[in-house]
Amino acid sequence: MKFVENQLSDATLDLVCRMCPLHLIEPGDKLKCLKKGQVLEVLTDYDGALEDIPAWCEKCGQEFIGLEEDDDCYKLYIKKK
Amino acid sequence: MANVYMDHASATPVRKEVVEAMLPYFHEHFANPSTVYDMGSKIKQVMDEQRENVAGLIGAKAEEIIFTSSGAEANNLAVKGVSLARQKKGRHIIISAIEHHSVLNSARFLERLDFEVTFLPVDEYGLVDPERLSHVISPETILVSIMHANNEIGTIEPISELSSVCREKGVFLHTDAVATVGKIPVDVNELDVDLLSLSGLSIGAPKGIGALYFRDNLRLMPVIHGGIQESGRRAGTENVPAIVGLGKAAELAARELTETARHVKELRDTLVTGIQKKIPQVKYTGHPERRLPGHASFCIEALEGESLLFMLTREGIYVNTGSACASKALKTSPVLVAIGTPPDLAQGSIVFTLEKSNTAKDVEYVLEKLPHAVEKLRALSPIWKKKVSN
Repeated sequence: MKFVENQLSDATLDLVCRMCPLHLIEPGDKLKCLKKGQVLEVLTDYDGALEDIPAWCEKCGQEFIGLEEDDDCYKLYIKKK
Repeated sequence: MANVYMDHASATPVRKEVVEAMLPYFHEHFANPSTVYDMGSKIKQVMDEQRENVAGLIGAKAEEIIFTSSGAEANNLAVKGVSLARQKKGRHIIISAIEHHSVLNSARFLERLDFEVTFLPVDEYGLVDPERLSHVISPETILVSIMHANNEIGTIEPISELSSVCREKGVFLHTDAVATVGKIPVDVNELDVDLLSLSGLSIGAPKGIGALYFRDNLRLMPVIHGGIQESGRRAGTENVPAIVGLGKAAELAARELTETARHVKELRDTLVTGIQKKIPQVKYTGHPERRLPGHASFCIEALEGESLLFMLTREGIYVNTGSACASKALKTSPVLVAIGTPPDLAQGSIVFTLEKSNTAKDVEYVLEKLPHAVEKLRALSPIWKKKVSN
């Protein structure tokens, strides 16, 4: 897993407390609203997302930038390709 | 025999327009809204339109509405959902002493999980004092839940003032608005609340449907786990016919609210004046002005509310002794205790909740039958005999 620090983002998707497999559905919808090269920050407290989101990025042709751990959630960064 | 129903806080009849709107969603449009084919996606679209209607009634945005199975579930989701989602920030919540059981028992459940709960006292009218609230909020406080109006005594709480306190202290405010939505204007932005519960059964929609408003995507731990319905915040295949019913009832309520409120207030005022004139030793409970327009509640000295209720039922009059959920317990109402009603007087509680369908004739009939019923019961009461002999 690639870790990042102080990563900037253009939009945030808060999935904390929301049920699986929403983390595999909502990023795709949110990315549609972003331009190429923009970064989406996904907040989640679901451990499974740490494997699922990088795998989803690979499958859907998006770039997974990395992960940062916060006090109450994980922050995962995806760059729109 | 007459049939005068004045217990609309317990349930309202489902309106004909609402039933008609619901019917196609039992047979014709029955698909699961989560399915990806067009039969399902069309239903999803219909649900989103209903979300707009419900949101419109309370000045919210459609995406801020979660459909639930009842007002009670909405209250559970608000109290438990916010507390569990914010527990790392603090473990203290505040509720008033007169909350509905769905808020009260959710708070008690959280106590078992080592949350600290403050039960805020109310004054003789059932009002929560904003200054008192301000004093009990601590850095550990994460949620305040105060009902918009009390269903037993009709008092409307000063929610905007309470929300100013919460806003200043950075604490979320939830209000249980089951008693007010569709009865008086309710706007989440004017009230400045973070969460608000409402129910279908009090606005002419069927039982088994409610909704929770939550502001700006705030975090809520689901109470029902499962699929990703309701944006992953409330699992379970949606009760589409009931959602359509709630949406239609909300649309009608928004259109008719002002006229209905005027009508029921007029009837209520006649009822209150009549009762106070015809029956000695009655206490009008709740706030005299700051109350729901169709709500009248009394404590009648030297009798039991349940006995009176059964006598009135024999005359075709349907009222209640308190909240529908608690009246069977035959226990002194915690709401009446909280406003300082002596326990013996609290036994004589009776609550009238009027709606659009009630008429001046209904009120006249109640004013004819009620004094006789009271007289009969008091004739059997040793307390009353002792009182009059003194």
